[in-house]
Amino acid sequence: MCDTCGCGNQEKQVRITRPGEPEQETHNHDHPHSHGHHDHDHPHSHGHHHDHDHEHHDQTHQRLIRVEEDILGKNKLVASRNRGYFEAKGVVALNLMSSPGSGKTTLLEQSIKALAGRRQVGVIEGDQQTLNDANRIHKAGAPVVQVNTGNGCHLDAEMIRQALDKLELQENSVLFIENVGNLVCPSLFELGEKSRVVIISVTEGEDKPLKYPTMFEHADLCVINKTDLLPYVDFDKEKAKSYALSVNPHLQVMELSAKTGEGLDQWIEWILSLVNI
Amino acid sequence: MHELSIALSIIDIASKQASEARAKQVKEVELDIGTLAGIEFESLEFALSVAVKDTLLEDTHFRINRIDPQSECLACHHIYTPNGIFGSCPECQEFNNRLLRGKELQIKSLLIE
Repeated sequence: MCDTCGCGNQEKQVRITRPGEPEQETHNHDHPHSHGHHDHDHPHSHGHHHDHDHEHHDQTHQRLIRVEEDILGKNKLVASRNRGYFEAKGVVALNLMSSPGSGKTTLLEQSIKALAGRRQVGVIEGDQQTLNDANRIHKAGAPVVQVNTGNGCHLDAEMIRQALDKLELQENSVLFIENVGNLVCPSLFELGEKSRVVIISVTEGEDKPLKYPTMFEHADLCVINKTDLLPYVDFDKEKAKSYALSVNPHLQVMELSAKTGEGLDQWIEWILSLVNI
Repeated sequence: MHELSIALSIIDIASKQASEARAKQVKEVELDIGTLAGIEFESLEFALSVAVKDTLLEDTHFRINRIDPQSECLACHHIYTPNGIFGSCPECQEFNNRLLRGKELQIKSLLIE
């Protein structure tokens, strides 16, 4: 079943668009409702058996199949394919995750400017709806593809794979993947990224790491954004750091203001340090 | 909300296995889900009830084993039950630990007919 429209198709209502392209209103899974005859072949072949009646009185004709399969295995497989693609192209892919409004897109605009002349940049934007973020990135001068997840709350590896078909990603570039603004669901779905970055801003509570531990547990770097607003808010950054480290002792923490550019240098250096790993 | 994606993956995997085994019916699916796997159990159960529509698993019973977490402290090697994802070792108060179980997200078996 499609998890958006309930149409019975396994795929989702996901739209992948470049700025300037017409937004398609249709599902990108052509759903010809072929699900009437799925590939589980149940051709009622038991009708052909002559000894049909004999087989039937065996009421306990049950079998146990050992499956032992990872539920997220399919996503992991596609994520590994993406990772291989990135490695072959020398691309450093970063998965940026945060709650909505933490300043991810502004940070990207600044990063594109700061990396100009040093590294090519590509961006995949994830949002439920609109091309707004992709248009901002396009203006900032980087190739970008927007993934609209419909009702979906996270990006998955298959969406990235499809977006990569449309994105003219240069060799040895940096790929920013801006996940859907959500501190819960994206943490479970690896995309093939080299590093995971969680962004919080000082206008949020400093206890975000405790409230949404899974996200922080899986991240490599935590960026505390909007530090220019620190004089006006009650955010205790030392507390935020210690909370984050209690969830994930290996987490790196970095403070910056994407708006004023303060602390942006260390962010850029951190990205560039990943290039040669 | 990602529980629906998880439910769809479960149905996907189980349907494939069941049709390969030429099952007429799937009586039961056994799942191992860790309590730290990031899954809301009630949401998953609801999502499964919706996701089975028009599949071979429409009347299937889902047996969900909740796996409680267990950690090993990397400082003193004490084995303990962590209080959620964060939380220090009760012996030495170190936060540096390795989760031994509690993140399972696995289809164990299918009972087919």
